[in-house]
Amino acid sequence: MGKWTRRAVITAGSLVGGGLALGVGGIAFAPNRIGILSKGDGKEAAQLTTWLKIAPDNMVTAIVPHCEMGQGVHTALTMMLAEELDADWNLVRMEEAPAEEIYANGYIARAFVPGLSDVPKFTERFVDWGTYRLTRLMDLQVTGGSSSVRGTGFLGMRVAGGAARTMLIEAAAKRWNVPVGECETKLSSVIHPGSSRSATYGELAADAAKLDPPVHPQLKSADKYTIVGKPIPRIDIPSKVDGSAKYGIDVAIPGMLYATVAAAPVFGAQLGSVDATPIANLPGVKKVVKLDNAVAVVADSYWRALKALRTLIPTFTETTQRKENSETLASTIGRALEGDESKKIFSSGDAAATIGGAAKAIEAEYRVPFLAHATMEPMNATARIANDRCEVWTGVQDPLAARKVAADASGLDADQVTLYNQQLGGGFGRRLPGAHDFVDQAVRIAKEMSPAPVKLIWSREEDIQHDYYRPAVIGRYKGAVDSKAAPIVWISKFNGAGGEAAHVPYAIAHQDIRAVKFGSHVRQGSWRSVEHSQHGFFTESFIDELAHAAGKEPYEFRRGLLEHAPRHRAVLEKAAWISGWGAAPAAGRARGIALVESFGSIVAEVAEVEIVDGRIKVHNVWAAVDCGYVVNPDTATAQIEGGIIFGLSAAVFNEITIQDGRVAQSNFNDFPLPKIADAPRIKVEFIQSNAALGGLGEPGVPPIAPAVANAVFALTGKRVRSLPLKV
Amino acid sequence: MELQLLVNGEQRSVEADADTPLLWVLRESLALTGTKFGCGIAACGACTVHINGTAARSCSIPAAAVQGQAITTIEGLAGGAERHAVQQAWIEHQVPQCGYCQSGMIMAAASLLAKNSNPTDQDIDAEITNLCRCGTYERIRRAIHAAALNISRGDVEATRGEESKEARHG
Ligand code: FES
Ligand code: FES
Repeated sequence: MGKWTRRAVITAGSLVGGGLALGVGGIAFAPNRIGILSKGDGKEAAQLTTWLKIAPDNMVTAIVPHCEMGQGVHTALTMMLAEELDADWNLVRMEEAPAEEIYANGYIARAFVPGLSDVPKFTERFVDWGTYRLTRLMDLQVTGGSSSVRGTGFLGMRVAGGAARTMLIEAAAKRWNVPVGECETKLSSVIHPGSSRSATYGELAADAAKLDPPVHPQLKSADKYTIVGKPIPRIDIPSKVDGSAKYGIDVAIPGMLYATVAAAPVFGAQLGSVDATPIANLPGVKKVVKLDNAVAVVADSYWRALKALRTLIPTFTETTQRKENSETLASTIGRALEGDESKKIFSSGDAAATIGGAAKAIEAEYRVPFLAHATMEPMNATARIANDRCEVWTGVQDPLAARKVAADASGLDADQVTLYNQQLGGGFGRRLPGAHDFVDQAVRIAKEMSPAPVKLIWSREEDIQHDYYRPAVIGRYKGAVDSKAAPIVWISKFNGAGGEAAHVPYAIAHQDIRAVKFGSHVRQGSWRSVEHSQHGFFTESFIDELAHAAGKEPYEFRRGLLEHAPRHRAVLEKAAWISGWGAAPAAGRARGIALVESFGSIVAEVAEVEIVDGRIKVHNVWAAVDCGYVVNPDTATAQIEGGIIFGLSAAVFNEITIQDGRVAQSNFNDFPLPKIADAPRIKVEFIQSNAALGGLGEPGVPPIAPAVANAVFALTGKRVRSLPLKV
Repeated sequence: MELQLLVNGEQRSVEADADTPLLWVLRESLALTGTKFGCGIAACGACTVHINGTAARSCSIPAAAVQGQAITTIEGLAGGAERHAVQQAWIEHQVPQCGYCQSGMIMAAASLLAKNSNPTDQDIDAEITNLCRCGTYERIRRAIHAAALNISRGDVEATRGEESKEARHG
């Protein structure tokens, strides 16, 4: 593959009132891959992804171009900046960047950080497709694809901190007339030990602002870190225990009205007619707004809007999709899998020829259903259209893309639209570009009510029934072992993109991995860990089946196939070690193991299960993680813990099914989530391999479903091949 | 209709339809947005408040039905103290992720500890049925045990602040 190169652009200037402002922008070029990386229109040079401000009062402000969804990104990114700046952590603040183009984070496009370290051998054959897919969808400034820390953090925040530090030293050296090399920095001050002089960054900021920024600021080596690598408490947590944290749904604008909406239950249908007379005289009801595929009610409170909406009996256009249900969709996928058209994802050797003569061959079909994101904060957005301007308050994973949606819906230009991004009550992919339908609706409703601001809140029923679902996938697998019980063939075919996620980390000589197209009327989107959520289950279940076919112990079998991938092997070994894999579990319990690389991180999980009253009870999960380097061990652990619970919901608890063209589930009564009683004890350990930084928000998710399925097999001898697992 | 509510120790009068759930009165009429909307059907606990010191799901209780009773929201939990023991434990154990469910979790946990000062894991499993999509359960469990320990050691004032206020006005 082509060599990655990059150019960073550092800009500095004075703050009003005499401080230093500094921005870092970047462009990456990968020969032959320009199409992936950027739109190539040259605008990227102006995209400053990171800003920092140093005010005369010595406060440092990091401006972070990512939203906080609970992953601790605001803290982690600020830590990276503070580290290189040698700032006093107590004198550092964070602000989230507004939705302006200068903050667009082009870095998300790159999974592997250029120049940082070699791309791991095992991954060389595929670029991080999960990230690529997210990138392609949008107009940058995305939080998703587990990219914030490894992209913005590694390239932006550290460079910004290091550049500012260099300039502050230079300013001090000039002031004291001493050589730059004799100055040191510590706790937001420059020190000249020879003459015992020191000055705070705040005192030096105005002078520093007059200097040229360095082209290649010197960055610290990890052994010099005093902030990064420490379990620094998260900045956002105190406000999340006393009710003061504000989310999109909490926005209050004077004169605000409330709206709620019912979209066509069958995707693709349009609004037919709706008789507004039954609610015309209800107190507080302001208007019935007809949208293309939905009807909304605006009132002076959410409750009144909701009650009125539930009284309406709208009709929607008939579509042929009304005849679809989960079974018909599965048959359509089945036909696609049997058809001749498929896209090669990867192949090696001659799988088809080898399987015929192999000592033992097996086949299996796996299925995973659609899934909803079910963020705890239902979709919402507040919009006001007045005086040729549109303002939007909402929590999204990509404020720039949402601003564009608002511009299109309002008929105004993007620069007439201001988007105030709010803290998210969960993202998981639901608030990514391509899924900002709630912003579109809020703006269209606000247009009808102009100049009054309108807060649109979806009911949970609307949220469950109008998601962009994790795609349902069927995968068919064939494999074979040779006379020495070593696997020699891996053949897979599935619907959907697959991409990187469908690759197998194990050494198997003959492979044929193919994807088929499957379109459906059901809206689909990115769900935490994207394709890895399905393929982790498929691959790690089938390798377990191959181990069984070979008569081998599943952990040893995997381990023997990872000679070429020492990081993977080390992670697998660590998970086995911390779980006490060799020792027998308590009576009535069994363990399963799974290993998945996603978003640049390698995670192995061991699950210990029991069958209680005919249901799967997961008692313990042990996770070993190699994400290169851990910026904040406590938040990193929390992300893996959360990923395991998120993955467990898909493994054991819920599914979205289609009936008469529409989603059959509607709320947490029929789309249940795990509760504290269902949550296993979780132990997470990290391996500091110092490889390229991997993500943490998503990689905890994929291994849990197969680890549990493999444990269920070990316990019952029954191989469950579809999710959610049932025994 | 006009409702008289006793919220966080203060008498408040609000205009709302008789069937309006307490949740929406708190959020929209009283601007107490710490109490969250998650499901509207008493299935998630994001809207948990205390009615006379006991956890209740405010999305499914008409505001009119709790007039005159002592309503405590997350904003009033500490009752004048800097933080309630549960809030303190939540910070020490870095529980919240997105944080959206956590007001409800904390209210549920505080209610549990008020009734049962040393809950076992089984007690926690039985009593805390709130949902957290971010999956913070491991830490919630740890933080509840830590809060119980702190209260028993007298390190922090348990629920006194809240209760005394309720007693005063209730
Ligand atoms: S909003 Fe009340 S229980 Fe979910
Ligand atoms: S912290 Fe996000 S839902 Fe619980």
